[in-house]
Amino acid sequence: MYQYSQADHQLLQERVAQFRDQVQRRLNGDLSEDEFKQQRLRNGLYLQIHAYMLRVAVPYGLMSSEQMRTLAHIARKYDRGYGHFSTRQNIQYNWPKLEDVPQILDDLAKVEMHAIQTSGNCIRNTTSDPLAGVARDEIADPRPYCELIRQWSTFHPEFNFLPRKFKIAVSGAINDRAAVAVHDIGLRLVKNDAGELGLEVYVGGGLGRTPMIGKLIRKFLPTHDMLTYLEAILRVYNQLGRRDNLYKARIKILVHETGEEKFRELVEAEWNEIKKTGLALTDADIEAIQAHFKDPDYETLSDFDEDFDAHLLANAEFAKWAEKNVELHKKDGYRVVYLSLKSRNQPAGDVTADQMDAIADLADKYSLSAIRSTHRQNLVLSDVKLKDLYELWQELKALDLATPNYNHLTDLISCPGMDYCSLATARSIPIAQALTERFDSYDYINDLGDISLNISGCINACGHHHVANIGILGVNKKGVEVYQLTLGGSARDDASIGKIIGPAFTADEIVDAVATVLDVYLDQREDEEEGFLTTYRRIGQEPFKEKLYG
Amino acid sequence: MGNYIKDRKPAEDSWVPYTGLEDVDNLPSGDIYIPFEEWQTHRDAFLKRNSRVGLILENTDDVFALKDDLDRLDLIVLQFPKMADGRAFTQARLLRERLGYKGEIRATGDVLQDQVFYMQRCGFNSFELRDDQDIPSVLAAFDEMTVTYQPAADEALPIWKR
Ligand code: HEM
Ligand code: SF4
Repeated sequence: MYQYSQADHQLLQERVAQFRDQVQRRLNGDLSEDEFKQQRLRNGLYLQIHAYMLRVAVPYGLMSSEQMRTLAHIARKYDRGYGHFSTRQNIQYNWPKLEDVPQILDDLAKVEMHAIQTSGNCIRNTTSDPLAGVARDEIADPRPYCELIRQWSTFHPEFNFLPRKFKIAVSGAINDRAAVAVHDIGLRLVKNDAGELGLEVYVGGGLGRTPMIGKLIRKFLPTHDMLTYLEAILRVYNQLGRRDNLYKARIKILVHETGEEKFRELVEAEWNEIKKTGLALTDADIEAIQAHFKDPDYETLSDFDEDFDAHLLANAEFAKWAEKNVELHKKDGYRVVYLSLKSRNQPAGDVTADQMDAIADLADKYSLSAIRSTHRQNLVLSDVKLKDLYELWQELKALDLATPNYNHLTDLISCPGMDYCSLATARSIPIAQALTERFDSYDYINDLGDISLNISGCINACGHHHVANIGILGVNKKGVEVYQLTLGGSARDDASIGKIIGPAFTADEIVDAVATVLDVYLDQREDEEEGFLTTYRRIGQEPFKEKLYG
Repeated sequence: MGNYIKDRKPAEDSWVPYTGLEDVDNLPSGDIYIPFEEWQTHRDAFLKRNSRVGLILENTDDVFALKDDLDRLDLIVLQFPKMADGRAFTQARLLRERLGYKGEIRATGDVLQDQVFYMQRCGFNSFELRDDQDIPSVLAAFDEMTVTYQPAADEALPIWKR
């Protein structure tokens, strides 16, 4: 994991002092709410329905057990005993008091954490593949590149007041697990024919009101040029991005209105001017950061364990979990374990303080003291020995973190919706819970296979409904909360935006509507191997429409 | 003006925005600054005077249009019409870093304590503060943060190369 330098520590301390003063000025009345907003928003502090909400950055989703314990402490001491992991790999607290926030930031700073740029129209926390460094299909570890982007973008003096927020994701594997296509900039590490490492650069993806898939504006960018190229893109955007209309301010609109070709020319022209400046990366620069992400001392183990196999045979429940929530690791004898934050007892992504402490202990005991968060709102222990899986499972089960549903129907994404969010037009948590209860059968979700179901409480699309195989969007029609259904979205390599199927459903109808969609799929698929998306793309919307509205 | 800071000190502002543009044949002496548009049409008239001249740009104006005139300009005023509108940050960096402009770059508009740090890093060296700003606090704000990661007008190298 990246270890803070003296300068990193100092920066956080200075930032805490500065924010403490800003809060003081706000409480004194020296700063209007409007101006304070510009400051707090660059520090992850939103004003919500009931209270302020604080979003803490988890850079590229990687945390130490010590950091997790601090997150638990904050939930317990300053909040109501829980936190919410978001689709941006961050954690949010729904109930902090404004006057406590400086102290929270102080507590976070002690463990190298902060809330810098987790909101506001600036470059947000960079997200990445939760399996970075341990995936079997990895081309190169994206984390050193994420860390370089973190440093470059933190308090960037030119890009702190952009037309709109700006999100960057980096993936380094054959399979995209970071949804790079729906970010303002998505980077994918690739190798060219000569075997050199470089980046594919996608620009202008995003969700919200106008969902778009990012455009590939450069097929191969040498890694040395990563930051100069990012700076060129941001500079073009800062100058030309629209500021007249909040809904047209994201870079996706600029790329769309300028045209991909012209936009590329603008970026390349700017880049040509700056690619030889001090921001260009040398081998030494990259190696120095890579040294922070060296492999731990893995033991040489067999990829076969007699006891593990015996437990699989003896315990069907364990076998289900091992099949669904455990993934191969690049090292033999190790496994990646998904901790499902989608049990039927808690809103998607919520974790209690006690669970957090327990997860930290489990990470110490079984997984080299590290935890990752994922963009589907789960957690990961990335380095668990095969022989420890059974014991770990028993402990996870006791914590309600072992629901065997990873990447299955009930592993759904849901935003906070009307229960917490002041922008919401409908509730999303109760719908998510109704769905989880309705489909609470292992055999059923197992039969459905890999599928995604996402819910947003308004058009801002924090719940990624556009890129779900089955998406639900809550809207308000004449005072009634209704739910639109979209089908056919994907956030993976074959990224696509789902299409609305027809008139919306009421809260009472939506669960049945989802069940109907699933029935049509099960009925129409060619065989068990054919996944939902493939079937949908083959048969189109008609059969679904017929059953839903016919 | 009582709310003017230059090179990190409260200062007297010698510059006057000039508005009598219909009468370019009778320009006053003294330090005046004019909109970029007027400069484009009446450039020679302004240069004939024996006093200093500066420009005020819209934040949508292209700074490269000034490329050949920069050594004749002693002041460039850039605007922050709202705090959230950060286009002038880019204009300042391009003037300093790309075009090598050495004169005064001034921020005007919503120029507030919590932004001067960023402005200075982008190459601004003078600030026309909004009326409600407390000068000692603004002066202190230049040093609130001492760690900088990325290159900008004040620093050619990122932290990892220094
Ligand atoms: C409760 C407070 C929240 C507020 C006020 C809020 C606000 C917003 C707004 C206004 C947008 C649309 C921005 C745009 O398209 O320009 C947005 C998008 C988004 N938010 Fe939230 N959000 C909140 C919570 C969350 C949570 C809990 C998550 C994660 C589960 C989240 C993740 C996202 C993501 C991933 C997007 C889509 C990004 C894109 O358009 O590319 N937000 N949010
Ligand atoms: S999608 Fe809408 S309701 Fe849900 S969190 Fe985002 S802004 Fe709030």
